[in-house]
Amino acid sequence: MKFSELLELSCRANQPLHEVILIQQMLEDGSDPFETRAKVRFLLHTMLEIVESNYGKRQRALVGLCGNNARLLSKHEPKFVGEFIHAAMVAALSVSEANASMKRIVACPTAGSCGVMHGVVYALSKVTHIEEERLIEGLIVAGAIGDVVARVASVSGAKSGCQAEIGTAAAMASGMMVYALTRDGEKSSHAAAICLKSLMGLVCDPVGGFVEVPCVKRNATAVAVAVSAAEMALSGIKSVIPFDEVVEAMAKVGGSLPEELRETGLGGIAATRTAQSLLRRFMNRGDMNGIVEQ
Amino acid sequence: MILLGLLDILGPVMVGPSSSHTLGAMRIARFARRFAATMPRKVVFVLHGSFTRTCEGHGTKKALLAGILDLSYDDEKISKSYNLARQNGLKFTFESADLGDVHPNTVRVRFFTDEWHEIEGCSIGGGAIKITKVDEVECELDWKYDTLIVVNRDEPKALMKILNCIDVNIANLYLRRVNLLQQKAVTIIELDGSNYDVEKLRKLDVVLECYFVPKDQFLGSW
Repeated sequence: MKFSELLELSCRANQPLHEVILIQQMLEDGSDPFETRAKVRFLLHTMLEIVESNYGKRQRALVGLCGNNARLLSKHEPKFVGEFIHAAMVAALSVSEANASMKRIVACPTAGSCGVMHGVVYALSKVTHIEEERLIEGLIVAGAIGDVVARVASVSGAKSGCQAEIGTAAAMASGMMVYALTRDGEKSSHAAAICLKSLMGLVCDPVGGFVEVPCVKRNATAVAVAVSAAEMALSGIKSVIPFDEVVEAMAKVGGSLPEELRETGLGGIAATRTAQSLLRRFMNRGDMNGIVEQ
Repeated sequence: MILLGLLDILGPVMVGPSSSHTLGAMRIARFARRFAATMPRKVVFVLHGSFTRTCEGHGTKKALLAGILDLSYDDEKISKSYNLARQNGLKFTFESADLGDVHPNTVRVRFFTDEWHEIEGCSIGGGAIKITKVDEVECELDWKYDTLIVVNRDEPKALMKILNCIDVNIANLYLRRVNLLQQKAVTIIELDGSNYDVEKLRKLDVVLECYFVPKDQFLGSW
């Protein structure tokens, strides 16, 4: 189902968007809306708990290409970004590095892009002190945004590049922020559209195929894209191209990306001289410890 | 008008770094463990394609072992599964092989309890899997159903006798003769529910062995 159809249903029935989504889900699979809401609450608590236990900590990543970024940013006094984005970025790096270290995370929408949603959810909760119920409603709308992408395009880097992973995560985060703050589905869809447009074309080029470089840092920069798109939507700026059409465009771009830019580790950043030499040393030694300056 | 998988998109809770290389691999091995219904004594993992090339950096081998150990998908002990396996006396080896024209993320799991069994599966993205072979019988199980695996005598009316013990709708059925000399066949049945008489099934003269793999509580689970 298109996102615009959900908005239309919400408008016609004069019912908040998150309720329409829960009912639609019930019609599809027979799930109890109260139970679904309870499960979303569980996922929210899990995400917050995961951020808390990893915030600003050093990690031992599997390959060792990352692990110290969250610690560095958390100790840094931000000069240009505010408290909200700083907290969200530290949280995003913390969870992405924890993911690269085989720790527990909520794959939202995927494991490699999970930092974005953890980051924004955490900042909304800790810095904006938003009410838990509003956050749950925001998450439900984010779920629907991601679901539309998964159906029309893809949330897999191997299929459609990083635009499908980080791009979707950021669109979900952006829409979630706006919905949690305003309960305005229309504005949320503009935020998601502006955000996805900004990350469209992003290729999936992990060094060696591992979820460490450039994935971890992209989780943090995508937070800033999500927040700026949300800020624009909150000011009343509209996406000229509706969200559904942006997703269709993203699917086409994904389909036309060459194979080496779709998680094969053959193109983009993975094909740079440094990446290739790091990889050769990794294959000889089994890890990067002592090779990469953290 | 279709909208589904809100919780699939917002979850699941898992251990990183990759839903296809870590979670999917673990689910394939866990299918083998549930099939065995007990901890196997030996296990051999034959890795193919992308699973061979990037298994170290994705923790794929640790995840495969964790599946055999029956750990939960969000258990951080997954990263310590080598030690856990040794503590449990599980003998394990990893091999690489070209398994032919199969999905790049394919693994063959050979496990020994009282006898050797073998399953082959691929991780097709986002933690979703397909079990493509069970004891040499080709199939396409996505583990969304309760699954019965029956080794039966290859003789007339054998299938009818088996199906008479089952009162629920059958989603998919695979049947193949595996040995003409021994007159053995394998029947794999995916069911909409678990209403069948397993005791009666085991007592049937045509049934030689019977295994049950309950559907996986994974997508949107608590």
